[in-house]
Amino acid sequence: MYAQMIKTAGTGVKSPEEMTEEERKFQARVDANEKIEPKDWMPDDYRATLIRQIGQHAHSEIVGQLPEGNWITRAPTLERKAILLAKVQDEAGHGLYLYCAAETLGVSRDELTEDLLSGKMKYSSIFNYPTLTWADIGAVGWLVDGAAIMNQVPLQRTSFGPYSRAMIRICKEESFHQRQGYDIMMKMARGTEAQKRMAQDAINRLWYPSLMMFGPSDKESVHSGQSMAWRIKINTNDELRQKFVDQTVPQAEYLGLTIPDENLKWNEERGHYDFSEPDWKEFFDVLKGNGPCNTDRLTARQEAWSDGKWVRDAMLAHARKKAAAKVAAE
Amino acid sequence: MKNEWPLWEVFIRGQHGMSHRHVGSLHAPDAEMAIKNARDVYTRRNEGVSIWVVEARHIAASSPSDKGPLYEPSESKVYRHPTFFDIPDEVGAM
Ligand SMILES: [Fe+2]
Ligand SMILES: [Fe+2]
Repeated sequence: MYAQMIKTAGTGVKSPEEMTEEERKFQARVDANEKIEPKDWMPDDYRATLIRQIGQHAHSEIVGQLPEGNWITRAPTLERKAILLAKVQDEAGHGLYLYCAAETLGVSRDELTEDLLSGKMKYSSIFNYPTLTWADIGAVGWLVDGAAIMNQVPLQRTSFGPYSRAMIRICKEESFHQRQGYDIMMKMARGTEAQKRMAQDAINRLWYPSLMMFGPSDKESVHSGQSMAWRIKINTNDELRQKFVDQTVPQAEYLGLTIPDENLKWNEERGHYDFSEPDWKEFFDVLKGNGPCNTDRLTARQEAWSDGKWVRDAMLAHARKKAAAKVAAE
Repeated sequence: MKNEWPLWEVFIRGQHGMSHRHVGSLHAPDAEMAIKNARDVYTRRNEGVSIWVVEARHIAASSPSDKGPLYEPSESKVYRHPTFFDIPDEVGAM
């Protein structure tokens, strides 16, 4: 997902007897679907895990602008360009909502940024793949934003108030993203032979990386168990992946495109599609930094940060000077 | 000196004459930039007709542990709600 492989702090779910009085009260509030607000008491592990999760989610929104930004100047029409620009601007907004939510937990924006730039914090593996053709922009909106929606919709009900409110705002904006992507795919799929080939090629390359977004199976993970008890994770990775496949297959059929999976077929008994797992070795390799674009993405962020430093500093110096002059005049 | 821009809380008045409502926060060097940034971050879809920003450090907040002493007293005062009083139907709208 946009937050993948988040290491849940602590040792797993505690029984009520193992909990302190404060922890029991906290868990009872979570169980009663109450929202936990920044100034409320919360376990240190809950706080630490949320900083990792929301931080990584925010980084993904920010880095996720890069593969799409790559096509803004080369969009096929002025209208497509304006739409893509608006979509990418939304993603910047999503990153900002989420950074603010993380900051309510006591981490600063600069710390989060520095941890991204040093590689200490990650962003979603999906953004380490390139966008080679215009059809990729369609496939990203349709598949990548589609996968993000799968995860973000349930997170609107997460226990941490600021995270939940950020998710609600984000979900309102996401459906535009997925639809504009699918709209591009429809155009390509009904276009010339060359356009159709391009659309098929995009889905061939992006299908498995999209499935990887949900992360490896975590049915057995004690960490996920704890995150679910805290309601900062709502579904297992497999549940969300299945839901995504079930929703996407008919959409691909409508386009007349083939999902690159020979094992894909409807399973009457389960009421779901059977499908092939992505190559998890590739996934871990990408996380380690060896994906096709890891270096590009991180370099772009590092340059944006260091090249922008003089602007940030100058604006702050100007603001301080103005404030001092105002005090002197009073 | 740490050169992080200060944090501002953003309040927006929606289209329909409601009060300004807290929508989130952002970083900006000063109030003028905070309003400009708030326009881009929080009103991309016509969400508002007016923006207030206030530096987060200027906001005083009640503490969660005061919840009891602050709000419990009003729980017992049910007569503050109109439904407490039974007015006969014959009286007409009231
Ligand atoms: Fe987003
Ligand atoms: Fe999106």
